[in-house]
Amino acid sequence: MSLVDHLTQATYLAAAALFIFSLRWLSTPKTARQGVMAGVAGMTLAIVGTLLHPEIVSYRWILVALVVGTAIGVPLSWVPLTAVPQRTALSHAFGGLAAGLVGTAKYMLWLQDGELTAFRTFAIVVEVLLGYLTFTGSLMAAGKLQEVLPTRPITYKNQNVINLLLLAIAIGSGLYLVARPDTWQLFPIVVVLSLLFGVLLILPIGGADMPTVISLLNSYAGLSAVAMGFVLENKVLITAGALDGSSGFILSVIMCKAMNRSFSNVLFGAFGQVAAVQAAAEAKAVKSATPRDVADILENASSVVVIPGYGMAVAQAQHRVRELYDQLTKRGIECRFAIHPVAGRMPGHMNVLLAEAEVPYTALSEMDDINPDMPQVDVAIVVGANDVVNPAARHDKASPIFGMPIINADKAKTVIAIKRTMNPGFAGIENELYSGDNCLMAFGDAKAVLGEIVKALSGDAGIH
Amino acid sequence: MHTLDLWSMLFVFMLATFVGFQVIQNVSRLLHTPLMSLTNAISAIAIVGSIIIAGEEKTVLSTVIGAVAVAASMTNIVSGFLITDRMLKMFRERKPR
Repeated sequence: MSLVDHLTQATYLAAAALFIFSLRWLSTPKTARQGVMAGVAGMTLAIVGTLLHPEIVSYRWILVALVVGTAIGVPLSWVPLTAVPQRTALSHAFGGLAAGLVGTAKYMLWLQDGELTAFRTFAIVVEVLLGYLTFTGSLMAAGKLQEVLPTRPITYKNQNVINLLLLAIAIGSGLYLVARPDTWQLFPIVVVLSLLFGVLLILPIGGADMPTVISLLNSYAGLSAVAMGFVLENKVLITAGALDGSSGFILSVIMCKAMNRSFSNVLFGAFGQVAAVQAAAEAKAVKSATPRDVADILENASSVVVIPGYGMAVAQAQHRVRELYDQLTKRGIECRFAIHPVAGRMPGHMNVLLAEAEVPYTALSEMDDINPDMPQVDVAIVVGANDVVNPAARHDKASPIFGMPIINADKAKTVIAIKRTMNPGFAGIENELYSGDNCLMAFGDAKAVLGEIVKALSGDAGIH
Repeated sequence: MHTLDLWSMLFVFMLATFVGFQVIQNVSRLLHTPLMSLTNAISAIAIVGSIIIAGEEKTVLSTVIGAVAVAASMTNIVSGFLITDRMLKMFRERKPR
C-alpha cells in the first residue's frame, strides 16, 4: 500500500466514526445540530480522501457532476416542510440510482477486463436489484405523495402473484449470472426487471401506508449502499450503508407496530381498497358546534390536548394551531399535542410541522405518554386526524383497523373534531368517535375553523 | 479478492448494523424526520465509489454513468444535510422572543 492509500483509508476510518457520532448526537434536539456538523465533516473528509486516489486520471467530469449535484441539491433543501415526505422519497430514489449505476458500470468494466468472479457478480446483482427497485419505487412514492400520481391503491387481478413472479425471474437470472458471469445477456434483464418491480411494488400502496413504505425504501437504499461497499471493497460504504439500512428498518418496525400490521400486509395488503367497501355504512347522528361554541368550551377548560393528523398538513393549519396554543397557554390553560407515530406521511412528520410553526418541542407528547392522561383531559381537539383516534380499533373486531394502537381521544371529557365533511377518512372506515356523546363536530376547513376559534378567544381576552 | 477480505467486510457489516440499531433506537421520536434525511445524506457516501468510476475514465459509457452517479449522490449530500439542519433549527424548548 502506498502512502496515499493509507491516507485515503485513514479519512474513511475517521468518516465512519464521525457518521456514528452524527447519529448519536441526534438522540436529543439539544445536540442534534452538532450531529449534522459531524456528518458534514465526515463526508468532506471521505470525498477529499477519495479525490487523492491515484486511479483518477481526470477531474473534469467529477467537477461537472459535483456542480450539477449541488445545483439540484440546494433548491431541493428549500421545499416547504409539508413537502418533506416527497423530498425524502426523491432522495431515496437518487440513492438507489447511484447504487444501480455504479453496479452497472462495475459489471461492464470487469466483464470487459475478464475480472468478474462469482463473488463480485453476486454483490453486483444484489446492488443492482436493490438499487434500481429503490429508484423506481421511490419515484413512484414521491409521485403519489406529490399527487402527480393517483394516491389511491391501484390493484389488478393476481397482482401479488405477478409481482412475486417477476421478482423470482429477476433473482433467478441474477443467480444464473453468478454461476456464469459471462452470460452478460442476462444482466439487462435483471436491470429491467428490477426497475419494473419497483414500480409494481408501490402501485397498490395507499397514502396512509406511506410512512411504512418510505421507511422500507430508506432501508433498501441503505442496503444497496452496503452491497456497493462489498462490490468496491470499501468499508466506509458498508458502515454508512448499514447505519442507513438499520435506521430505515427500525423506523419501518415502529410504523408497522403503530398500525398493528406486518410488513407483508402493508406491501401486499392494498389496505384502502379492501376497506373502502365498508364505507357505505349508514351515517350516525352527530352534534355540531360553531367556532364560538368551541372557544367558550376552551375558555372553561384547564387541560387541552391537540391531536394533529395529515389533514392539518393538507390544510396548512399548523400556524393556526400554534396561535391556538398561544391563546390557551396565555390563559394558563395547559395545552399539549398528542402525536401518533403514523400521523402524516412519514415518521415524525407532525413534529417537524409543529416545530416549524414554533410550537416548543416540550409540548409534543408521544401516544404512549399521553394516553394514561387522557381521562383527565378536559378538551381533546382532533385536527385532520381520523383513523388514529377511532375507538373501533380497541373493541370492534370487525373493523379493518382493529388492534391498531390509537390516541384515546374519546376518553377526554369533551372531544372537538375539526373536519371538512362527514366523509370517512383514508381507510374508508366510519369513525365512532364522532357519534360519541362527548363529541362535537366543527365543520369546515381546519385552517379557517381554527382561525375563527383563535379570533373568538382573542376577542374575549379584554373582557375577562 | 482474498477470503480474509470478504470476512473482514462481513465483520464490518455486522458490527455497523449493531451500532446502527443501538444509536438509532436512542434517537428521539421527535426527530424521526430529520433522522431519515440525515441517514440519507450519510449513505450518499456512495459518492466515493462513483467518483472513482467517473475519474478513472476507462470507457466513455462508464465515465458518463459514473458522473451521473456522482451528481445523484451529491444531490443527496447537499440537500440532505441542508434540510436536516433547517429542520433541526426549528426544534426549540421554548418559544423565541
